[in-house]
Amino acid sequence: MKKLTLPISDETIKDLHVGDPVLLSGVMVTGRDAAHKWMIETFIKKTKPASAEDLVAYEDLKKLLNGSVIYHCGPVVSGLETKEYKFVAAGPTTSIREEPYQADVMQHFNIKGVIGKGGMGKKTLEGCQKTPGVYFHAIGGAASFIAQSVTKVLGVYKYDFGVPEALWVIEVKDFPVVVTMDSHGQSQHEVIENNSRKVLDELLAKPF
Amino acid sequence: MQIDITEQMLELIRLTSTNLPPDVEEKILEARERETEGSAAKGAFDTILKNVALSRKQSTPICQDTGTPIFYVYYPEGWSTIKLRAQIRNAMVEATKKNYMRPNAVDAVYDKNSGNNLGGDDFPSIHFEEVEGSTLTIELMLKGGGCENVGAQYSLPDSRLGAGRDLAGVRKVVLDAVQKAQGQGCAPGILGVAIGGDRGTSYAKSKEVLYDKLGTRNADEKLAALEERLTDEANTLGIGPMGFGGKTTVIDTKIVGLHRLPASFYVSVSYMCWAYRRRKLVIDGNSITYS
Ligand code: SF4
Repeated sequence: MKKLTLPISDETIKDLHVGDPVLLSGVMVTGRDAAHKWMIETFIKKTKPASAEDLVAYEDLKKLLNGSVIYHCGPVVSGLETKEYKFVAAGPTTSIREEPYQADVMQHFNIKGVIGKGGMGKKTLEGCQKTPGVYFHAIGGAASFIAQSVTKVLGVYKYDFGVPEALWVIEVKDFPVVVTMDSHGQSQHEVIENNSRKVLDELLAKPF
Repeated sequence: MQIDITEQMLELIRLTSTNLPPDVEEKILEARERETEGSAAKGAFDTILKNVALSRKQSTPICQDTGTPIFYVYYPEGWSTIKLRAQIRNAMVEATKKNYMRPNAVDAVYDKNSGNNLGGDDFPSIHFEEVEGSTLTIELMLKGGGCENVGAQYSLPDSRLGAGRDLAGVRKVVLDAVQKAQGQGCAPGILGVAIGGDRGTSYAKSKEVLYDKLGTRNADEKLAALEERLTDEANTLGIGPMGFGGKTTVIDTKIVGLHRLPASFYVSVSYMCWAYRRRKLVIDGNSITYS
């Protein structure tokens, strides 16, 4: 099992291959549907005006995300009233919804890894080759267990998106993931998809 | 006599969200044994089982997506459903404050999270059914969004799959749904299948059938055989836990047969993720039991 500390260098990324189990430590940022849409519209395509608050968040996020990873996660967080935030449950959410945005976001912020579940498509796989970066698969549903590896909540951006959709800055220790898409154009998801399609075709051809 | 059950409802929600039912855990343990040592699949099951133990011990949600809460309330004659509904909704607000539930109700038009798991009259979803006798039974299922998204409804005949209006056709579309889902619904999954009905009842029944215990078979022989066959065949697809590849893609299949219109033949597949959270509360006089 490889142990990696964020931020990650290009050489380390290129050393990662599909199937590698990894334990991640360091500072990362959560972001899902609203966050990706916001980053694309406000900072990358600039089709929406940025508020003063957005601009502050942008400057911070550029530093935080550089060389780090973004985690597709909508956590359960305690301490909302006192702002003494703690992650209670924090498993991955389905990543494919960010497929239209992910590659552009990765390249814009120099994000080295995307954590989520279910894998992503061609565009993100290309993004992984260009950036370079990888897709880390976390265990869907393992929310209490993963929350335990979140040692600190350092801050939050766009809280008005709601708790699940906000961008949480977290420090993690030994966060367990598996590389399922690497920077060499390999995707475990493509392989499983193709193999299962072949088996399905055989099953469909069988008499009842 | 009707009593205030807000407190019991809160306990039912806590239990459902944080404590995986034993029949599900047992099946996951069995699935783990079948995977090869050192494989990503076995690793996934290990993490799942650690998570189940931890969430039970800490009373924290098994999964952060605490899902759509679906209640089935079987109430004795004379109980007010207005009061029951209000008590369930109050308990839901309380459970959200206590972090047993994530704020999960988002207004689809104004894109705003209500923050307390209440949204209009339909969130949480509550079904009432009057029963004979004096026992109040409430079943709760938390149905996650990831697995809900990979559910599917087919209208037979389906020429792309060569699926006609018979059980052979049903088999084909269900296998297609599992292949399409890949690991997206947090495989391994449990399939709820309804054959017949209209679009609405068909989907509703495909979820209702998931309240049954795992491993029990439909009383109808043909459907019982199809349940077993679908589970076995789905497991030859090799999708495995999380879509990592592996021997267990589907843990169990539950089928319900309905009546349909001569013109329609729907097959609805509800995919339930491994985090199969469903619990039951029974109140009879002074006796209160959770299972
Ligand atoms: S599909 Fe189930 S286990 Fe997976 S994230 Fe959703 S609720 Fe959790």
